[in-house]
Amino acid sequence: MTADRGPVSAAEDGEARFSTWTGKTRGWALRRLPPDKLLPEGQPSYVSSWIYVFGMGAVAAFVYILGSGAVLALNGPTWFHVSGLGRFINSTHLWSVELFFMFMVIHLWGKFWMAAWRGGRALTWITGMLAFVVSIVTAFTGYLLQTNFDSQWIAFQAKDALNAVGVGAWFNVADLGQILMWHITLLPLAVAVVVALHVVLVRMHGVVPPLEAATSDAQLRSAAPIPAVDGEDMK
Amino acid sequence: MLGIKQADAGMPDTGIYFQWGDFLIQFGNLVVIATMVVLFILALVIPFPHGKTRK
Amino acid sequence: MTKAPVSVSWRARNDIASRPWPGTTREYDLFKELAVGLVVVALLVLGLSAVFSSPDEPTVTLKSWALTDPADFVATATTELGGTSGTAGYGPPYNSTPDATQKLGPIDLQSLSGVRLPIDTANDFVIGPLQTLPTPPGAIDEWTKASDTQRASWTMAYGDALSKAPDNDPAKVPPGDYGPVPALAGALLAMAQQGTLDPVLSARGSFYNTDYKASILFLGDGGYFHGLADAQHLTGDQWGMMNETGNYPGQSWLWLFSALYQVEPFKSSPNADVLVVLSMVILTLLLTLVPFIPGLRSLPRRIPVHRLIWRDYYKRR
Repeated sequence: MTADRGPVSAAEDGEARFSTWTGKTRGWALRRLPPDKLLPEGQPSYVSSWIYVFGMGAVAAFVYILGSGAVLALNGPTWFHVSGLGRFINSTHLWSVELFFMFMVIHLWGKFWMAAWRGGRALTWITGMLAFVVSIVTAFTGYLLQTNFDSQWIAFQAKDALNAVGVGAWFNVADLGQILMWHITLLPLAVAVVVALHVVLVRMHGVVPPLEAATSDAQLRSAAPIPAVDGEDMK
Repeated sequence: MLGIKQADAGMPDTGIYFQWGDFLIQFGNLVVIATMVVLFILALVIPFPHGKTRK
Repeated sequence: MTKAPVSVSWRARNDIASRPWPGTTREYDLFKELAVGLVVVALLVLGLSAVFSSPDEPTVTLKSWALTDPADFVATATTELGGTSGTAGYGPPYNSTPDATQKLGPIDLQSLSGVRLPIDTANDFVIGPLQTLPTPPGAIDEWTKASDTQRASWTMAYGDALSKAPDNDPAKVPPGDYGPVPALAGALLAMAQQGTLDPVLSARGSFYNTDYKASILFLGDGGYFHGLADAQHLTGDQWGMMNETGNYPGQSWLWLFSALYQVEPFKSSPNADVLVVLSMVILTLLLTLVPFIPGLRSLPRRIPVHRLIWRDYYKRR
């Protein structure tokens, strides 16, 4: 921590030294998400359960969905019917999606029972749910793209729910071109953006502490004393 | 009353289904859902390795 | 207990949950976790793909339908001509059949789009495709010149006769006043059996086309397509949306959406689709907004699964 580390010391001293929009944005970003918060080397001692690994598991599965999906996209939606390699890549796409949803749902169950929205983390919860919903729509469009009996039937059956709420005229499940574009551009981009936002929010707020954590706990007492906490908690 | 339904011949490989009254579930989906529940319970029960304590 | 209940509020206050953790920490390498995750998931994905592959049940075509179940094809073509098929009576966005839409009390969302993907089943599924033949059947003339009432009485009579014929076989229908209908349906069957109806119906007079709604709706009006789906447990009353062909896992995350269709009041409602979608929207919003809903957000406190998750922490308090 030397004085020559400009931006950090500037951010610590307040925004006064930034005069441009760009500089102010940097100051804001550094204050909200300083590098040691974005890429920490440790976690609070209570982060000690296997339940914590499923969020990262979902991210890992998402990486393989994007990778296998990119190979399928390069070769077109009917490639996997006629190529052995295509069929294998299609299989990895299917199984990474199944794993993605399994990990994401277990992650959701875990975070629900932790009441992980506490302490100003509501938006983290909401972006997580949004990631789940957008992923469901993305997977649905993928099922419509199989160009086999399953996709024919899903197109026939799913149109009713969409038409009943007046959406089917614009989101035409039988239009392969339209569904292809949704599935390979708009929706994966939306999932990626929402997931990225979710991860950034998690890093900004940190992992939610245990429900019954109290300032008298050994793991809090061993640190520097935090004055006024109890008093302000009463408010 | 569990009934395992082997679908009629016609199309090949029509799958195994389990039915309890109105509740009907396909083998693959049942495996996925059961795996999720098992993983969730295991994640809660199995001890997490202790890392180096800092601070 | 004199302690105040543990807060499950989403609000940021000056409490332990809202401020950066000031207590003990442990080494936790996020990037190493990601790397290990990538390796584990890669092994799982490759293993599952190698062992189980993925489903790929071949498509049904109008040709395979016409060859496998010609009686069903002819009966369906007759309903398309007579305007009595499922598609003909569907309402928006395909046509404006009165009282066909699903409603939510006075709210009619289905009509909001208007007829945006227009389909006239007689012309689009039967007459139009027949006119693309090198020598269109003469029966088309007779059909186009007839009045609507005349057409309706022909198709009705022929449809009745088909349903009463042994095996619904068009060849075993007794003579009657069916006008040009048997000739038109027969010509369409021949066209489908030769495989020329598939491209005509999907391309609809154009070179490029990616919209298969005409073919899918025509297939869906018949019994053959439904029969195949039924055998694979894919229909709505079989939890169809979440199922995949064979034993492959499908969209199991749609379980609640599929489940609602199996229970009253949705099961027997003519407005089942709109009711199910609305229910799912409400339930999804409830889950999304759990942090703001008193009672619901207290569940984690009342059912203390967290004692298990953080048992190490609570042990060393």
